[in-house]
This record gives sequence, C-alpha cells and structure tokens, in this order.
Amino acid sequence: MSWPEYILLFAAMGLVTYLPRWLPLVYLAHKRMPKWLVDWLSLIPVAILSSLLAPSLLVDSQSHSFTFSKTDLWVALPTLLFALKTKSLGGTLLVGMLLFWLVGMLRA
Amino acid sequence: MNEDKVKQPQAELVGSTGDLLRQGAAAAWPICLGYLPLGLAMGVLAQQAGIPAWLTGLMSIFLFAGSAQFIGVAMIDAGASMAAIVVTTFMVNLRHALMGSALAVYLRGVNRWFLTLFAYGITDETFAVNMARFRSGNWNRWRALVVNHLANSAWVLATVAGALAGQFIPRGAFGIDYALTAMFICLLVMQLHNRLLVFTGLLSAAVAVGWYLLIPGNSYIVGASVCGATLGFYIKRARERRR
Repeated sequence: MSWPEYILLFAAMGLVTYLPRWLPLVYLAHKRMPKWLVDWLSLIPVAILSSLLAPSLLVDSQSHSFTFSKTDLWVALPTLLFALKTKSLGGTLLVGMLLFWLVGMLRA
Repeated sequence: MNEDKVKQPQAELVGSTGDLLRQGAAAAWPICLGYLPLGLAMGVLAQQAGIPAWLTGLMSIFLFAGSAQFIGVAMIDAGASMAAIVVTTFMVNLRHALMGSALAVYLRGVNRWFLTLFAYGITDETFAVNMARFRSGNWNRWRALVVNHLANSAWVLATVAGALAGQFIPRGAFGIDYALTAMFICLLVMQLHNRLLVFTGLLSAAVAVGWYLLIPGNSYIVGASVCGATLGFYIKRARERRR
C-alpha cells in the first residue's frame, strides 16, 4: 500500500471507531433517561470488566479451550486478594506484574 | 454579565490547571503503564507488516483502539480489502457505544464540544478508571478528560516506540504483560458494591467464557456484557417486586 492509501484506510477506521464512542454519549447526555436505562447502565461497568477478564484467565488462546492452568489465573488470585484489601490501583498493578514475572520465571 | 460567563466553567475546574493535571495523572499512570507493552507489541507488528513508523503513529492518533489496531495490522499484513478492514474495525469497537452510554449518566447536560473531545478517549481502560472514580464521587469531567488524553498520548508514544525500536526489547520483561489484567482486577473489585453487582459480574464472566469458546473473535465482549447486565437488571426488578 502507498502512504495516501494508508492514510485513507486509517481515516476510515478512525471514523468508524469514533462514531460509536461519540453518538450514544452526546445523544444520551442531552436526553432524560428513563430509570430502567440508568439502572441497566449502572450494571454495565462490572459486566464489561468481567467479560473482558474471564476469557483471558480461563481460555487458552492457542488451543482455544477452557483451562485452569494459565499463569494468568493463578496470579489473579493473590492479585484479587491484594485489591480487596488495599483498593489501590497502582499497588495492585505492581503486585500483579511482580507475581506474574516471578511465576513465569519459575514455570519456565 | 461577562464576568459570570467566565466564572462558571472555572468554578467547575476545582483548583488550578496544574492540580487538574496532577490529579488526572495520578489516576492515569496505571493505564499508561499498561499501554506500554501493548503499544510496543502493536508497533513491532506494524513494522513487520511494512507500515512506516510515522503512519503507525498516525493510526494510533486516528483510532486510539488497541484490539482494533492489532486486528487491522494483521489484516493489512494478510492483504485483506479496505472494506473488510473497516467493517471489522467497526464491529470490534462497537462495545464503546455501551461505555459511552454508561458515561453519559455522569455527563448529563455537558456541552457537545466537551463531549466531542471526551468521546475520542473512551477505551476499555479509561472507561473503567473514570467510572470507578465518578462512582466514588470524588471526580469531575475535567479530570476524566485529562485521564483520556494522557492515556492517548501514552498509547501513541508506545506504538511509535515499538515501530522504531520494539524488536530490541525482550518479551515479557518485569511481568509488564500482566499490567492491564491486574488493573482490570482491581477496577472490578472497586465496583463490586453489592451482591447484585457481584452476581452480574459472575454471570457476565460465565457467559463471556462460553461465548468466546463457541464464537471466536471479539463479539463476546458486547454479547456477554449485555446478557450479564440484562440478567442482573431483571433479578433486581424481581427482588423489588417481592418487597
């Protein structure tokens, strides 16, 4: 691909990425939302975070099968405990990284 | 008259621009750290696919979307058509519509220019951090905007660095690949305020794993989130009726 083609492609990709970010936000921020919608939306953050996390902990990406043996999962347990105790985002991040690094070296 | 107009937005700022940047940065640094390995990896792949570094930077500025950029680069490398790449990008990023909707609850009546600037920075990570902060109450839209744009800057820099020098960085160093997972775990913990939310999380997780095993790709994120939230919503309804 030549660079003008790249720019055209990336601009098109950018547009279809931006629209879903922009439209519902601008539309809903200026509308009276019914209570059921607010209630439903209040569950969305937890639902999205769980949906993002669970497969990355429980599905082996190479064989695309369910597993309990990923390092990601076993490191997630102490990381979760640390998060529950401290509620510190930065601390949890560092503890998780450190454990993942150590366990990775032990398992190698 | 004029004075009032000037004063009002400043009252919302809460403190100086410096304070604002500091508070934003305090919330954004875990995201930036998490974007580092992702951005580097994405830059390396783009470089291997034959995309010049400056165009990789432009891609990150235009999109600011991790998974869509990975998939886009893989499709470019495989010689897919432009239409196929654009349609796939749209599908992968549709989940941001859900996040924008949830954020709208905390950005009621805010002017469109602000929202236009803000919407650009909605990603899985900035969404989760800002929602947790908005919920705790100690947060405002300007700090949220700073978080979005700091995260974006980190992403652009990391991807360009990856394109230029990524192949010299050892993979898996310091467990940095786990940064985003650890951050998501903590953000999830910070949101679990009651049993209904715990239940919604477990339901979504179960649906996500099943969905992902059955249907490869990214559809499980939107699919499982909507299923989980909807089931949780009806459980809440049923409990309220019984009372």
